[in-house]
Amino acid sequence: MTATVRSRAIVSMQSRPVLQRHVRLQYDGVREAWALLSPEKIFWPNEVSLDILRLCNGRHNVAQMIALLADQYAAEQEEIAPDISAFLQEWSDKFLVSL
Amino acid sequence: MMSPVLPPIGMLAELTHRCPLQCAYCSNPVELLKANREMDTAGWLALFDQAADLGVLQVHLSGGEPTLRTDLAELVAGLAKRGVYTNLITAGVGIAEGRIEALADAGLDHIQLSFQGAFAATTEKIGNARGAHEKKLETARRVRAAGLPLTINAPIHRHNMEEVPDFIDLALELGAERLEIANVQYAGWALVNRKVLMPEREAVERQVQIVEEAQERLRGIMTIDFVTPDYFAVYPKPCMGGWARDAFMVAPDGTVLPCHAAASIKSLHFERFGAWSLSRIWHESPAFNAFRGTDWMQEPCRSCERQEIDWGGCRCQAMAIAGDAAATDPACIKSPLHARMAALIDEAVTAKSPDAASDGFIYRRIGKTAGPVA
Repeated sequence: MTATVRSRAIVSMQSRPVLQRHVRLQYDGVREAWALLSPEKIFWPNEVSLDILRLCNGRHNVAQMIALLADQYAAEQEEIAPDISAFLQEWSDKFLVSL
Repeated sequence: MMSPVLPPIGMLAELTHRCPLQCAYCSNPVELLKANREMDTAGWLALFDQAADLGVLQVHLSGGEPTLRTDLAELVAGLAKRGVYTNLITAGVGIAEGRIEALADAGLDHIQLSFQGAFAATTEKIGNARGAHEKKLETARRVRAAGLPLTINAPIHRHNMEEVPDFIDLALELGAERLEIANVQYAGWALVNRKVLMPEREAVERQVQIVEEAQERLRGIMTIDFVTPDYFAVYPKPCMGGWARDAFMVAPDGTVLPCHAAASIKSLHFERFGAWSLSRIWHESPAFNAFRGTDWMQEPCRSCERQEIDWGGCRCQAMAIAGDAAATDPACIKSPLHARMAALIDEAVTAKSPDAASDGFIYRRIGKTAGPVA
């Protein structure tokens, strides 16, 4: 079998983030909270993380995500852009989000 | 004061003890159950329903070899219907054509496939099964073809530790999202075989370096999780995240235990699902409450600032080495018995087995009771 060449994805404004196929965002009725399920770990995203993760559906690129979130939080795009990019890079490195 | 009992998050379901492999480090208990003791389909489905009601979000379907259960797809479908994340832990040997696709269709979320070696000869020797390696490679290909995410699991010990770089290459070649390199935990069959499995200190240190370097190099390419070896540790692991804190396991006959090795604590009695509901077991079982929270702790745990970090470590390891399940895990540097861990390493390493053919393994077998550990 031939090895596929794999490289680390780096976030850009054109990236179209989507949750990796082995993770699932789901509401847990028992704990009344949103959970991100993965093979070994469960993450409990806070409100802001949750709003970002909900937009990781392949329909928006990062620039569009920033615009939507700036609108939602009544914030300046330039102000929130670095945090959102850093979040997506971190979650891509953790193999939870694909860029 | 006793803190409130929170709902469990994870469950390990050992659906069967039957397995085509005979690994000497198997985490199953030494007294393995035969097929006629296994809980039936309706029993497991009822258990899964109650688990979901109780708050379980994640079920690891394991064994033995779980694909030997012909009702596996039905069990997966039962869990998927309830939104429970399903992870199949398989040896990947002898899985019939079409089976993996059927599991994917039933809603399986993830597959964890074990490799005993990075090369065929090692895999065959450790699992005592000819042709096992090629079958595992084929299983990995089928998992990918079925569109399922894949973790490669490599349990490491003295006989395959030098293959760590090759395990990393193998997992990359197979397109795995994740590689778990796990130092063998000395419970079950691994405890019986401790002397022949225990690695040398230098080898452990070398592998830790290799893994750390690979984790950095492969950031964002493949996740590598590393399970450190307790005998070489300074502080214990928070075993199971704390006894009966957020996870439990179920044996093939429906017996519910706080961890897979808990049956080694003979003073405890474990209830079976059916006789008691799962909720009653989780909340009221004396075995579950025995080491829950911090009230049961003795010194040095009782006054330790790490008590809610590691929860006293592993109760089964305390039982095995200190002879007292309520003692501090001897993996902890604060345990009066910590030096015993180093002595056990030295003892094992100096008493290397002369039997080159099998390396002195006592292979796991159903119906065969291994002798007591010296």
